[in-house]
Amino acid sequence: MPTGTLQIKLSSGQMVPSPGRGVQREEEVCKYIDVTTCIGCKACEVACVEWNDMPFQQTTFDNTYQTMPSTAWNYWNLIKFNEHTREDGTFTWLMRKDQCMHCEDPGCLRACPADGAIVQYTNGIVDFQQENCIGCQYCVSGCPFDIPKFNSSTKKVYKCTLCSDRVGQGLEPACIKSCPTGCLKFGTKNDMRALAETRARQLREHSGFPNAGVYDPPSVGGTHVIYVLHDITKPELYGGLPSNPQIPVTYTAWKRFAKPIGLLLTLLAAPVAFFHYVTEGPKEPQPPDRPGRNVPQ
Amino acid sequence: MTPETVRLDEPIHRTVSAHGQTTVHENELLRHPVYTRVVHWSYAIFFVLALLSGLAIYSPWLYRWLTPLFGGGPMTRLLHPWFSLAFVLIFALQLLNWSALMAWTSNDRRWLKRLKEYVTNEEPLEPEYVGFFNAGQKLYFWAIVGSCVLFLVTGIPIWFPATFGRAVVAISYVLHDVAALVMLAGFIVHIYEGTAQQPGTFQAMTRGTVEKRWAWTHHPAWYRAVTGRDPRADYEATVKRQANG
Repeated sequence: MPTGTLQIKLSSGQMVPSPGRGVQREEEVCKYIDVTTCIGCKACEVACVEWNDMPFQQTTFDNTYQTMPSTAWNYWNLIKFNEHTREDGTFTWLMRKDQCMHCEDPGCLRACPADGAIVQYTNGIVDFQQENCIGCQYCVSGCPFDIPKFNSSTKKVYKCTLCSDRVGQGLEPACIKSCPTGCLKFGTKNDMRALAETRARQLREHSGFPNAGVYDPPSVGGTHVIYVLHDITKPELYGGLPSNPQIPVTYTAWKRFAKPIGLLLTLLAAPVAFFHYVTEGPKEPQPPDRPGRNVPQ
Repeated sequence: MTPETVRLDEPIHRTVSAHGQTTVHENELLRHPVYTRVVHWSYAIFFVLALLSGLAIYSPWLYRWLTPLFGGGPMTRLLHPWFSLAFVLIFALQLLNWSALMAWTSNDRRWLKRLKEYVTNEEPLEPEYVGFFNAGQKLYFWAIVGSCVLFLVTGIPIWFPATFGRAVVAISYVLHDVAALVMLAGFIVHIYEGTAQQPGTFQAMTRGTVEKRWAWTHHPAWYRAVTGRDPRADYEATVKRQANG
């Protein structure tokens, strides 16, 4: 994906800071999604397909209004339709726009072994650079939101870019632009967070949703896509949004520390062997061709 | 070995052996027959390919310069499991070939107790009980067998992540790394021992023969078994002959 004017602050497969880190003054961006005012019109889905020039395709019907069961490598934005029965027996839709959450601490990027295949820009967008992707799919197992999708013919992984190509040019993402109800907004992380808190308070105090709250999970350092939910205590109801998303510890502790240390210790075998030869010498068949004697030096 | 396993590698054994021979010169003994050598170098090649392609994936910030050898990152990822599968399958032939020779005995425990003397070259001649393989060689062999099992059990989920799921892949990849580190450390020591450390050893795996001197020095019990002679007596006789010029 084109980086435009965006600076990279974090890159997969690298141990050193990326050149973009700290160079420019840059606001962190954020997508705001108020599920309580989403009407399930799917304009955002169409806008995503249009802007990214994705092919029109057959979908799977599984007795809901949902376009397909889950996002796909060439379908990055999907409204999840969940039929929910309230405690009083009445029915409601819980609709959630599912796409990449653009985590501040991205599990995909941590898991990725390919140099520069997953990058995080200084504005917080996490982007896949397909030309560097080796198709190992570690990112799939590193992501707590089941977002990266593998294309078995190109052997590459794809996901929502938060329209980094548009944002790099000062435009809002395509999905935001298309939303007719204003349930999608785009701005700085601070502004969107404040807006979401205000909306959640409104829902709690005036709309009869005592558990309304903002979904911005700290276990992944917060996300650059945040939700206002009617019930923050049960995010799973909204099509499997994890209440405590976790990056597998094998991609954090192991990869960051044990992996390089383990390799270093293993490769030490080579200099150890070399200095063994230098200090102890070879073990020759006895008696050696030329008789010798050991001297203590 | 059960009759079934003998039958499994018997046709390969017969075919390979029919296409080669070993020349045993004067004062030499046959160490590794043609079949053993061909099998050894076949899996050695695939091991090195798997190692180089694996290192590029293990630590790209150190070893991405290896990926062009295999046609770039994606091809490296694509080929690595095939190299590894070939290595494991061919090594299975060596497992059938050597499992009897590699059986652990009480002598091997005795040998390990004097590992320090072995490493520091304190005794030029190995103890008389050391047979075809010493305990160090046996440990390396069984470490490879264990690593191969671990490689296979963890490698297949990493190969087909969609089938096995997120958690299995996340755990498998750590165990895969551990097996790789064990193998790499053993491999480095193996190359050193087989070349610079013990002159006369490398030819055992290339031409297939070793000097008799080499045999009574490093594997006296094996020397006794194949020649029917006393290794220590033959050694002393040679020393005496050398002294008399």
